[in-house]
Amino acid sequence: MTRRDRPLSPHLQIYRWHFTMALSIAHRFSGVALVVGLFFVSWWLTALARGPEAFAFVQAFAQSWLGILVLFGWTFALFYHLGNGIRHLIWDLGFGLEKDEAFRSGVAVVAFAVVATLLVWIAVGAL
Amino acid sequence: MVEFALPRNSRVEPGRRHEPATPPKRPREFKIYRWSPEDGRNPRLDTYVVDLDGCGPMVLDALIKIKSEIDSTLTFRRSCREGICGSCAMNINGRNTLACIKAIEDIDGPVVIYPLPHMNVIRDLVVDLENFWAQYESVEPWLKTSTPPPTRERRQSPEDRARLDGLYECILCACCSTSCPSYWWNGDRYLGPAALLQAYRWIADSRDEATNERLEALEDPFKLYRCHTILNCTNSCPKGLNPARAIAEIKKLIVEKRL
Repeated sequence: MTRRDRPLSPHLQIYRWHFTMALSIAHRFSGVALVVGLFFVSWWLTALARGPEAFAFVQAFAQSWLGILVLFGWTFALFYHLGNGIRHLIWDLGFGLEKDEAFRSGVAVVAFAVVATLLVWIAVGAL
Repeated sequence: MVEFALPRNSRVEPGRRHEPATPPKRPREFKIYRWSPEDGRNPRLDTYVVDLDGCGPMVLDALIKIKSEIDSTLTFRRSCREGICGSCAMNINGRNTLACIKAIEDIDGPVVIYPLPHMNVIRDLVVDLENFWAQYESVEPWLKTSTPPPTRERRQSPEDRARLDGLYECILCACCSTSCPSYWWNGDRYLGPAALLQAYRWIADSRDEATNERLEALEDPFKLYRCHTILNCTNSCPKGLNPARAIAEIKKLIVEKRL
Protein backbone atom coordinates (compact mmCIF):
# COMPACT_ATOMS: atom_id res chain seq x y z
CA MET A 1 0.00 0.00 0.00
CA THR A 2 1.40 3.36 -0.96
CA ARG A 3 0.66 6.59 0.82
CA ARG A 4 -1.25 7.85 -2.20
CA ASP A 5 -4.00 5.33 -1.56
CA ARG A 6 -4.74 6.70 1.87
CA PRO A 7 -8.16 8.36 2.10
CA LEU A 8 -8.55 11.99 3.07
CA SER A 9 -10.50 12.35 6.30
CA PRO A 10 -13.82 14.25 6.05
CA HIS A 11 -13.61 17.99 6.74
CA LEU A 12 -16.31 20.48 5.68
CA GLN A 13 -18.75 17.55 5.47
CA ILE A 14 -18.52 16.82 9.20
CA TYR A 15 -17.21 19.96 10.94
CA ARG A 16 -19.86 21.60 13.14
CA TRP A 17 -19.78 25.28 12.26
CA HIS A 18 -18.63 27.89 14.73
CA PHE A 19 -20.41 31.25 14.51
CA THR A 20 -17.10 32.99 13.70
CA MET A 21 -16.46 30.45 10.94
CA ALA A 22 -19.80 31.25 9.30
CA LEU A 23 -19.13 35.00 9.55
CA SER A 24 -15.71 34.50 7.99
CA ILE A 25 -17.06 32.80 4.86
CA ALA A 26 -19.88 35.39 4.80
CA HIS A 27 -17.17 38.08 4.59
CA ARG A 28 -15.72 36.35 1.54
CA PHE A 29 -19.15 35.89 -0.07
CA SER A 30 -20.19 39.49 0.62
CA GLY A 31 -16.92 40.69 -0.95
CA VAL A 32 -17.70 38.71 -4.10
CA ALA A 33 -21.27 40.03 -4.05
CA LEU A 34 -19.96 43.60 -3.91
CA VAL A 35 -17.80 43.03 -7.00
CA VAL A 36 -20.77 41.53 -8.87
CA GLY A 37 -22.86 44.52 -7.71
CA LEU A 38 -20.32 46.86 -9.27
CA PHE A 39 -21.23 45.41 -12.66
CA PHE A 40 -24.79 46.51 -12.01
CA VAL A 41 -23.63 50.00 -11.03
CA SER A 42 -21.54 50.25 -14.22
CA TRP A 43 -24.53 49.03 -16.24
CA TRP A 44 -26.59 51.80 -14.64
CA LEU A 45 -23.96 54.47 -15.37
CA THR A 46 -23.34 53.42 -18.99
CA ALA A 47 -27.13 53.36 -19.52
CA LEU A 48 -27.19 56.93 -18.25
CA ALA A 49 -24.69 57.88 -20.99
CA ARG A 50 -26.51 55.89 -23.68
CA GLY A 51 -29.73 57.87 -23.34
CA PRO A 52 -33.23 57.91 -21.80
CA GLU A 53 -34.45 54.64 -23.30
CA ALA A 54 -31.47 52.60 -22.09
CA PHE A 55 -31.72 54.24 -18.67
CA ALA A 56 -35.44 53.57 -18.43
CA PHE A 57 -34.74 49.89 -19.13
CA VAL A 58 -32.23 49.65 -16.25
CA GLN A 59 -34.57 51.63 -13.99
CA ALA A 60 -37.40 49.25 -14.78
CA PHE A 61 -35.19 46.32 -13.78
CA ALA A 62 -34.05 48.09 -10.61
CA GLN A 63 -37.67 48.70 -9.61
CA SER A 64 -38.85 45.20 -10.41
CA TRP A 65 -39.19 42.63 -7.61
CA LEU A 66 -36.03 40.90 -8.76
CA GLY A 67 -34.13 44.18 -8.97
CA ILE A 68 -35.22 45.26 -5.49
CA LEU A 69 -34.29 41.86 -4.09
CA VAL A 70 -30.82 42.02 -5.67
CA LEU A 71 -30.21 45.61 -4.56
CA PHE A 72 -31.49 44.88 -1.05
CA GLY A 73 -29.04 41.97 -0.84
CA TRP A 74 -26.31 44.18 -2.21
CA THR A 75 -26.96 46.81 0.45
CA PHE A 76 -26.77 44.14 3.14
CA ALA A 77 -23.53 42.76 1.66
CA LEU A 78 -22.10 46.29 1.66
CA PHE A 79 -22.87 46.97 5.32
CA TYR A 80 -21.87 43.50 6.43
CA HIS A 81 -18.54 43.71 4.59
CA LEU A 82 -17.96 47.22 5.94
CA GLY A 83 -18.73 46.25 9.54
CA ASN A 84 -16.78 43.02 9.41
CA GLY A 85 -13.89 44.79 7.69
CA ILE A 86 -13.67 47.14 10.67
CA ARG A 87 -13.82 44.07 12.94
CA HIS A 88 -10.80 42.71 11.03
CA LEU A 89 -8.93 46.00 11.46
CA ILE A 90 -9.51 45.87 15.22
CA TRP A 91 -8.21 42.28 15.27
CA ASP A 92 -5.15 43.39 13.31
CA LEU A 93 -4.46 45.93 16.08
CA GLY A 94 -4.44 42.97 18.47
CA PHE A 95 -7.80 43.53 20.18
CA GLY A 96 -10.97 41.46 20.52
CA LEU A 97 -9.41 38.06 19.88
CA GLU A 98 -10.75 36.30 22.98
CA LYS A 99 -13.43 33.72 22.19
CA ASP A 100 -16.29 35.61 23.83
CA GLU A 101 -15.15 38.98 22.42
CA ALA A 102 -14.99 37.61 18.87
CA PHE A 103 -18.45 36.08 19.29
CA ARG A 104 -19.95 39.33 20.58
CA SER A 105 -18.30 41.49 17.92
CA GLY A 106 -19.72 39.09 15.34
CA VAL A 107 -23.25 39.53 16.73
CA ALA A 108 -22.69 43.31 16.70
CA VAL A 109 -21.60 43.29 13.04
CA VAL A 110 -24.64 41.28 11.94
CA ALA A 111 -26.94 43.56 13.94
CA PHE A 112 -25.28 46.64 12.44
CA ALA A 113 -25.65 45.27 8.90
CA VAL A 114 -29.35 44.45 9.40
CA VAL A 115 -30.19 47.82 10.98
CA ALA A 116 -28.16 49.90 8.50
CA THR A 117 -29.69 48.05 5.54
CA LEU A 118 -33.23 48.63 6.82
CA LEU A 119 -32.50 52.30 7.58
CA VAL A 120 -31.18 52.92 4.06
CA TRP A 121 -34.23 51.29 2.48
CA ILE A 122 -36.59 53.20 4.74
CA ALA A 123 -34.70 56.40 3.91
CA VAL A 124 -35.10 55.91 0.14
CA GLY A 125 -38.75 55.19 0.77
CA ALA A 126 -38.81 51.72 -0.69
CA LEU A 127 -39.95 50.01 2.51
CA MET B 1 -6.17 23.89 -3.30
CA VAL B 2 -9.77 24.31 -2.31
CA GLU B 3 -11.62 21.07 -2.93
CA PHE B 4 -14.89 20.91 -1.08
CA ALA B 5 -15.80 17.34 -2.00
CA LEU B 6 -13.90 14.30 -0.83
CA PRO B 7 -11.90 12.29 -3.37
CA ARG B 8 -13.69 9.18 -4.65
CA ASN B 9 -11.63 6.81 -2.47
CA SER B 10 -12.41 8.85 0.65
CA ARG B 11 -16.19 8.95 0.59
CA VAL B 12 -17.63 7.45 3.73
CA GLU B 13 -20.00 4.51 3.29
CA PRO B 14 -22.48 3.05 5.76
CA GLY B 15 -20.87 0.45 8.01
CA ARG B 16 -21.70 -2.42 10.30
CA ARG B 17 -23.59 -2.40 13.59
CA HIS B 18 -21.98 -4.08 16.60
CA GLU B 19 -24.17 -4.96 19.58
CA PRO B 20 -22.70 -6.03 22.93
CA ALA B 21 -23.05 -9.72 23.90
CA THR B 22 -25.34 -9.00 26.86
CA PRO B 23 -28.25 -6.53 26.60
CA PRO B 24 -26.98 -3.12 27.78
CA LYS B 25 -28.57 -1.31 30.74
CA ARG B 26 -27.59 2.17 29.56
CA PRO B 27 -26.97 1.81 25.83
CA ARG B 28 -25.32 4.58 23.84
CA GLU B 29 -24.46 4.50 20.16
CA PHE B 30 -20.95 5.35 19.01
CA LYS B 31 -20.61 5.92 15.27
CA ILE B 32 -16.95 5.61 14.37
CA TYR B 33 -15.01 6.17 11.16
CA ARG B 34 -13.22 3.03 10.03
CA TRP B 35 -10.68 2.48 7.29
CA SER B 36 -8.15 -0.24 6.82
CA PRO B 37 -5.35 -0.24 4.23
CA GLU B 38 -5.75 -4.01 3.77
CA ASP B 39 -9.18 -4.58 2.24
CA GLY B 40 -9.08 -2.03 -0.57
CA ARG B 41 -12.48 -0.60 0.40
CA ASN B 42 -13.72 2.91 1.11
CA PRO B 43 -13.95 4.27 4.64
CA ARG B 44 -17.15 3.42 6.49
CA LEU B 45 -19.02 4.54 9.59
CA ASP B 46 -19.47 1.62 12.04
CA THR B 47 -21.98 1.77 14.88
CA TYR B 48 -21.09 0.33 18.29
CA VAL B 49 -23.63 0.03 21.07
CA VAL B 50 -21.81 0.58 24.36
CA ASP B 51 -23.24 -0.01 27.82
CA LEU B 52 -22.39 3.15 29.76
CA ASP B 53 -22.79 1.09 32.95
CA GLY B 54 -19.28 -0.18 33.51
CA CYS B 55 -17.76 2.41 31.20
CA GLY B 56 -15.60 5.34 32.28
CA PRO B 57 -16.94 8.89 31.85
CA MET B 58 -14.88 10.04 28.87
CA VAL B 59 -15.15 9.29 25.15
CA LEU B 60 -11.70 7.67 25.32
CA ASP B 61 -12.98 5.28 27.99
CA ALA B 62 -15.70 4.17 25.59
CA LEU B 63 -13.18 3.70 22.76
CA ILE B 64 -11.00 1.53 25.02
CA LYS B 65 -14.08 -0.45 26.10
CA ILE B 66 -15.05 -1.02 22.47
CA LYS B 67 -11.53 -2.15 21.61
CA SER B 68 -11.27 -4.55 24.54
CA GLU B 69 -14.82 -5.92 24.58
CA ILE B 70 -16.45 -5.52 21.16
CA ASP B 71 -13.96 -5.03 18.32
CA SER B 72 -10.22 -5.33 18.86
CA THR B 73 -9.48 -4.08 15.35
CA LEU B 74 -10.55 -0.49 16.22
CA THR B 75 -7.42 1.64 15.98
CA PHE B 76 -6.73 4.96 17.68
CA ARG B 77 -3.86 6.77 19.39
CA ARG B 78 -3.95 7.29 23.13
CA SER B 79 -1.52 7.54 25.97
CA CYS B 80 -1.90 9.74 29.05
CA ARG B 81 -5.73 9.77 29.35
CA GLU B 82 -5.54 13.15 31.11
CA GLY B 83 -5.20 15.79 28.39
CA ILE B 84 -1.45 16.29 28.47
CA CYS B 85 -0.02 14.06 25.71
CA GLY B 86 -2.26 15.13 22.83
CA SER B 87 -2.41 11.65 21.29
CA CYS B 88 -6.19 11.10 21.28
CA ALA B 89 -7.09 14.23 19.29
CA MET B 90 -10.03 13.47 17.03
CA ASN B 91 -13.27 14.96 15.71
CA ILE B 92 -16.10 14.23 18.14
CA ASN B 93 -19.61 15.35 17.13
CA GLY B 94 -18.19 17.80 14.62
CA ARG B 95 -15.55 19.46 16.79
CA ASN B 96 -11.89 18.65 17.25
CA THR B 97 -10.95 17.78 20.81
CA LEU B 98 -9.18 15.23 22.99
CA ALA B 99 -11.23 12.08 23.56
CA CYS B 100 -9.75 11.69 27.05
CA ILE B 101 -11.17 14.97 28.38
CA LYS B 102 -14.47 14.96 26.46
CA ALA B 103 -17.22 13.69 28.75
CA ILE B 104 -19.78 11.35 27.16
CA GLU B 105 -22.56 12.92 29.24
CA ASP B 106 -21.89 16.29 27.57
CA ILE B 107 -23.04 14.78 24.27
CA ASP B 108 -26.70 14.29 23.40
CA GLY B 109 -27.59 11.27 21.30
CA PRO B 110 -25.08 9.18 19.37
CA VAL B 111 -21.39 9.99 19.73
CA VAL B 112 -20.00 10.48 16.22
CA ILE B 113 -16.24 10.14 15.88
CA TYR B 114 -14.09 10.96 12.85
CA PRO B 115 -10.31 11.33 12.54
CA LEU B 116 -8.84 14.84 12.58
CA PRO B 117 -10.29 16.57 9.47
CA HIS B 118 -8.60 16.82 6.06
CA MET B 119 -5.70 14.55 6.88
CA ASN B 120 -4.42 11.36 5.27
CA VAL B 121 -5.77 8.40 7.19
CA ILE B 122 -3.32 5.65 8.14
CA ARG B 123 -5.99 3.47 9.77
CA ASP B 124 -9.34 4.25 11.47
CA LEU B 125 -8.78 7.29 13.71
CA VAL B 126 -5.02 7.46 13.16
CA VAL B 127 -3.92 10.17 10.71
CA ASP B 128 -0.56 10.97 9.16
CA LEU B 129 1.02 13.87 11.11
CA GLU B 130 4.32 13.83 9.18
CA ASN B 131 3.69 17.23 7.56
CA PHE B 132 2.42 18.69 10.86
CA TRP B 133 5.69 17.75 12.60
CA ALA B 134 7.80 19.00 9.70
CA GLN B 135 6.03 22.36 9.97
CA TYR B 136 6.67 22.44 13.72
CA GLU B 137 10.35 21.71 13.08
CA SER B 138 10.48 24.45 10.43
CA VAL B 139 9.84 27.17 13.04
CA GLU B 140 13.01 25.98 14.86
CA PRO B 141 11.33 25.55 18.24
CA TRP B 142 14.40 25.85 20.40
CA LEU B 143 16.38 28.65 22.07
CA LYS B 144 18.66 30.41 19.58
CA THR B 145 21.37 32.72 20.89
CA SER B 146 24.39 34.57 19.53
CA THR B 147 25.89 35.81 22.80
CA PRO B 148 28.29 33.44 24.60
CA PRO B 149 26.61 31.22 27.18
CA PRO B 150 26.69 32.64 30.72
CA THR B 151 28.26 30.63 33.53
CA ARG B 152 24.80 29.78 34.83
CA GLU B 153 21.37 29.50 33.17
CA ARG B 154 20.05 32.39 31.06
CA ARG B 155 17.88 34.35 33.44
CA GLN B 156 14.46 35.81 32.83
CA SER B 157 12.37 38.24 34.90
CA PRO B 158 9.00 37.00 36.23
CA GLU B 159 7.31 39.51 33.88
CA ASP B 160 9.14 38.17 30.83
CA ARG B 161 8.39 34.63 31.93
CA ALA B 162 4.70 35.53 32.26
CA ARG B 163 4.64 36.45 28.56
CA LEU B 164 5.06 32.76 27.76
CA ASP B 165 1.88 31.81 29.63
CA GLY B 166 -0.74 30.64 27.16
CA LEU B 167 2.00 29.65 24.70
CA TYR B 168 4.19 27.02 26.34
CA GLU B 169 1.19 24.87 27.40
CA CYS B 170 0.55 23.72 23.82
CA ILE B 171 0.68 19.91 23.61
CA LEU B 172 0.77 19.77 19.78
CA CYS B 173 -2.38 17.65 19.52
CA ALA B 174 -3.16 19.23 16.11
CA CYS B 175 -6.82 19.98 17.01
CA CYS B 176 -6.35 23.63 15.99
CA SER B 177 -4.50 23.18 12.71
CA THR B 178 -6.90 20.48 11.49
CA SER B 179 -9.93 22.63 12.38
CA CYS B 180 -8.69 25.49 10.20
CA PRO B 181 -10.22 25.80 6.70
CA SER B 182 -7.12 27.68 5.53
CA TYR B 183 -5.04 24.72 6.68
CA TRP B 184 -7.44 22.34 4.92
CA TRP B 185 -6.99 24.11 1.59
CA ASN B 186 -3.32 25.14 1.92
CA GLY B 187 -1.86 22.79 4.53
CA ASP B 188 1.16 22.15 2.32
CA ARG B 189 2.28 25.79 2.44
CA TYR B 190 0.42 27.44 5.33
CA LEU B 191 2.14 26.55 8.62
CA GLY B 192 -1.15 26.38 10.52
CA PRO B 193 -2.07 27.66 13.99
CA ALA B 194 -0.12 25.08 16.03
CA ALA B 195 3.25 25.74 14.37
CA LEU B 196 2.62 29.51 14.40
CA LEU B 197 1.70 29.50 18.11
CA GLN B 198 5.03 27.76 18.75
CA ALA B 199 6.85 30.20 16.46
CA TYR B 200 5.44 33.04 18.57
CA ARG B 201 6.36 31.20 21.79
CA TRP B 202 10.05 31.63 20.78
CA ILE B 203 9.59 35.13 19.36
CA ALA B 204 8.06 36.19 22.70
CA ASP B 205 10.85 34.61 24.76
CA SER B 206 13.11 37.33 26.21
CA ARG B 207 16.08 34.91 26.23
CA ASP B 208 15.88 34.17 22.51
CA GLU B 209 18.18 36.28 20.32
CA ALA B 210 16.90 35.31 16.87
CA THR B 211 13.65 37.30 16.89
CA ASN B 212 14.31 39.19 13.65
CA GLU B 213 15.46 36.07 11.87
CA ARG B 214 12.31 34.26 13.03
CA LEU B 215 10.02 37.09 11.87
CA GLU B 216 11.74 37.26 8.49
CA ALA B 217 11.33 33.52 8.00
CA LEU B 218 7.57 33.86 8.59
CA GLU B 219 7.03 36.85 6.30
CA ASP B 220 5.51 34.88 3.46
CA PRO B 221 2.10 35.01 1.76
CA PHE B 222 1.43 31.38 2.60
CA LYS B 223 3.36 30.41 5.76
CA LEU B 224 1.73 33.14 7.87
CA TYR B 225 -0.76 35.18 5.88
CA ARG B 226 -3.18 32.38 4.97
CA CYS B 227 -4.59 33.06 8.44
CA HIS B 228 -7.88 34.91 7.87
CA THR B 229 -8.91 35.02 11.53
CA ILE B 230 -11.60 32.40 11.08
CA LEU B 231 -10.93 31.54 14.76
CA ASN B 232 -11.65 27.80 14.53
CA CYS B 233 -8.23 27.25 16.12
CA THR B 234 -8.99 29.25 19.24
CA ASN B 235 -12.52 27.84 19.42
CA SER B 236 -11.33 24.24 19.23
CA CYS B 237 -8.17 24.25 21.40
CA PRO B 238 -8.79 21.67 24.16
CA LYS B 239 -6.21 23.45 26.34
CA GLY B 240 -7.99 26.81 26.06
CA LEU B 241 -5.07 28.47 24.28
CA ASN B 242 -5.41 31.21 21.66
CA PRO B 243 -3.38 30.54 18.49
CA ALA B 244 -5.32 33.25 16.60
CA ARG B 245 -4.01 35.89 19.01
CA ALA B 246 -0.44 34.57 18.70
CA ILE B 247 -0.71 34.84 14.91
CA ALA B 248 -2.09 38.40 15.20
CA GLU B 249 0.89 39.28 17.44
CA ILE B 250 3.33 37.91 14.83
CA LYS B 251 1.62 39.99 12.11
CA LYS B 252 1.88 43.08 14.35
CA LEU B 253 5.58 42.51 15.07
CA ILE B 254 6.32 42.17 11.34
CA VAL B 255 4.64 45.53 10.70
CA GLU B 256 6.49 47.16 13.63
CA LYS B 257 9.80 45.78 12.38
CA ARG B 258 9.26 47.55 9.06
CA LEU B 259 8.41 50.94 10.58
